Amino acid sequence: MGVASGAEPGSPARAEPVEVVLSLPAIHCATCLSAIERLLIAVPGVRQARVNLTLKRAHIKAAPSVGAAHLVSVLQQAGHEAYELDPAALAATRGDRAGQDLLIRLAVAGFALMNVMLLSISVWAGAEAATRDLFHWISAAIALPVVLFSGKPFYASAWRALRGYRLNMDVPIVLAIVLALATSLWETMLSGAHAYFDAALALVFFLLVGRYLEHRARAAARSAAGELAALEVPRALRLRGEQEESTPLHDLAEGDVVLVHPGARMPVDGLVVQGCSEVDRSLLTGETMPEFVQAGQAVCAGAINLTGPLRVRATSAGVNTSLHRMAELVAVAEEGRSRYRSLADAAVKLYAPGVHLLALVAFAGWYLYSLDLRIALNVAAAVLIITCPCALGLAVPAVSAAASGRLFRKGLLVKHATALERLAQVDMVIFDKTGTLTRGAPRLVNGAALDAEHFAIAYALARASAHPLARAIVVAAQRAGVAAAQVGAVEETPGYGTQGLWRGQRVRLGRAHWAGAAALLEGDWTEGDSGAEDPASTMASYLQIGDSPPICLRFTDSLRPGAIKAVAALHRAGIAVQLLSGDSQAAVQDVAARAGITDWVHGARPEDKLRHITRLAQKGHRVLMVGDGLNDTAALAGAHVSIAPASALDAARVAADIVLLGTQVDPIAQTIAIAQKATQRIRENFAIATLYNAIALPLAMAGLATPLIAALAMSASSITVSLNALRLGAQDRRLL
Amino acid sequence: MTILGWLIPISLLMGGVGLVAFVYAVRSGQYEDLEGDGQRMLSDDWDEHPKP
Repeated sequence: MGVASGAEPGSPARAEPVEVVLSLPAIHCATCLSAIERLLIAVPGVRQARVNLTLKRAHIKAAPSVGAAHLVSVLQQAGHEAYELDPAALAATRGDRAGQDLLIRLAVAGFALMNVMLLSISVWAGAEAATRDLFHWISAAIALPVVLFSGKPFYASAWRALRGYRLNMDVPIVLAIVLALATSLWETMLSGAHAYFDAALALVFFLLVGRYLEHRARAAARSAAGELAALEVPRALRLRGEQEESTPLHDLAEGDVVLVHPGARMPVDGLVVQGCSEVDRSLLTGETMPEFVQAGQAVCAGAINLTGPLRVRATSAGVNTSLHRMAELVAVAEEGRSRYRSLADAAVKLYAPGVHLLALVAFAGWYLYSLDLRIALNVAAAVLIITCPCALGLAVPAVSAAASGRLFRKGLLVKHATALERLAQVDMVIFDKTGTLTRGAPRLVNGAALDAEHFAIAYALARASAHPLARAIVVAAQRAGVAAAQVGAVEETPGYGTQGLWRGQRVRLGRAHWAGAAALLEGDWTEGDSGAEDPASTMASYLQIGDSPPICLRFTDSLRPGAIKAVAALHRAGIAVQLLSGDSQAAVQDVAARAGITDWVHGARPEDKLRHITRLAQKGHRVLMVGDGLNDTAALAGAHVSIAPASALDAARVAADIVLLGTQVDPIAQTIAIAQKATQRIRENFAIATLYNAIALPLAMAGLATPLIAALAMSASSITVSLNALRLGAQDRRLL
Repeated sequence: MTILGWLIPISLLMGGVGLVAFVYAVRSGQYEDLEGDGQRMLSDDWDEHPKP
């Protein structure tokens, strides 16, 4: 295996290497793969670097002195997107033990099935007397241990169901397997003609294929979701006297003072004890405008600190933070959804008692008719085998594997098993505004109207700040090709703006009254939180040069790419679209108008959002909620089905059924169409399986079913069902 | 028909060797990055000699 090993043979100190895991979302080909490995191995101290293209990750073994941040910057300088992952959070998904286990059981069952089938074919072809007995005994010797080993997942699941006084699909399966093996063994001892060893193995094999497909589809989503969680390394800087120490979040206690640097997320609910800054609460409340905070004010966990360092005394930590209280709301909302019964569950409810009843009727009928226990047991076993839900076990996993694969190529991860079925029923889509329909990042509107010199000064000042409006100016200036002016002594005054010296004059960029613009009554740098009356719905910051009147720079929140297309496509499909936001009326109205949505609700708090969705559900709507913020999590969990973008807060991604990768939102409309098609396929598959049963069952009841007929019916229905599911992927290629 | 007494064990043994090889391959992680290994084959970085 091509593991590139370290490039420093003469390294004197062989300290224990540490493992670093990087996420590489943009790699897709052999060229990037080897380029990245070469780059990483060239970094001094790196012992080993290996890229996994399937998971889009790099595993690196390096000396402790090599930081992950350094490796990330090396890759980013070469133009490769890279993020650090928390190896501890990934450990849970690593190696995928369960998948390996299923694959090995599947391989063993497949091997045994092929051998037993060969022996069975010679029996069907006319082997007789001693030869037939010998073949039956060899089949038994292969089948018994293999069924015992490979069927373990079914035994475990059936046992769990029975212990809870329920019936699931695995109960009739296990009964069929056990009965088939027992009667076959008995027949073999009496040198009878019919043995069902091959049928029992085929059953186990086909059902394991279904299980494995299901596992694969969900493991891909799980590992990607785990990766998203690993992106946020949960640590905080606790102050002990004047000493900073990095502490895991769960070790923080009430009364601890933590230092929050600009750009970091608040780890706790607390009071600011020192410093002033602005905090971005858009993930918590949906407001785009940052809020100004200073000593004595309260901040919520989850908000992002923007401009100045803050010292925060924790008033509640861990499970008591507002983040966790929100999670409780989510748990309540989720209860409502767990009442959904999947198509497969519904089918099993009908199927499982019916099959047992039929087998019992066949057994009793034949026993009364012939008074021969052996014949009656044989017929009952044949009935159970023929009706066994091979095709039923494949009907759903094969379709959901094909559909999930197709959705993954479109950039959607299906996390929940029944999400596709629920998505197919959707008749109304509700979007959150900030971060979902919009980018959640402001964009400079009047850049072109600015004097080139003013723009250059603004650019030079904005470069020094991490404030979203300042960053918007930087982006706009870079796009317009503006060169920064020579501004000296640039410093940021947290909460107000940045100032510097330009040709001997003081220049300021920031809040209105700070930059001498108190007279201009517009929305300003931070005061948008009470912005319901804000006439312009735009954000603004001001540039003042010397003592001349300030220049206004206006911003607006830009739509995500594909938002207009997604809304139009949903309208075409006859699905109602609504915008539900916690932001002010003017801001919501503006975004709704630009996205082409006529129906909007503003100023909704998290509870309001959940109540709104519950009310719609009571009216009979099946609601798809698309949202990213913490204020959406309860609504996401309470909606019939939900989608969260990958940029969303952890809690929102956990609450959502489907995660949308990338920045485009237009796949949403197609997703619903694919889900509808997939559900239709599942129904077709159930119909096909029922049809096969309807043909084979009377034969079995009449005692005419031979092992040959059982094998034919089982394989034919399984293959038809799988092929029908694969049509879902094939259509994709035709449409492209 | 006594030849069956030889042929069946031999064929089972040969199949079993394949099965054991597959189990080994799964256990040693050779199925963890199917896409990457497929692409690596096309890269010029490695020849049949492992890197020194």
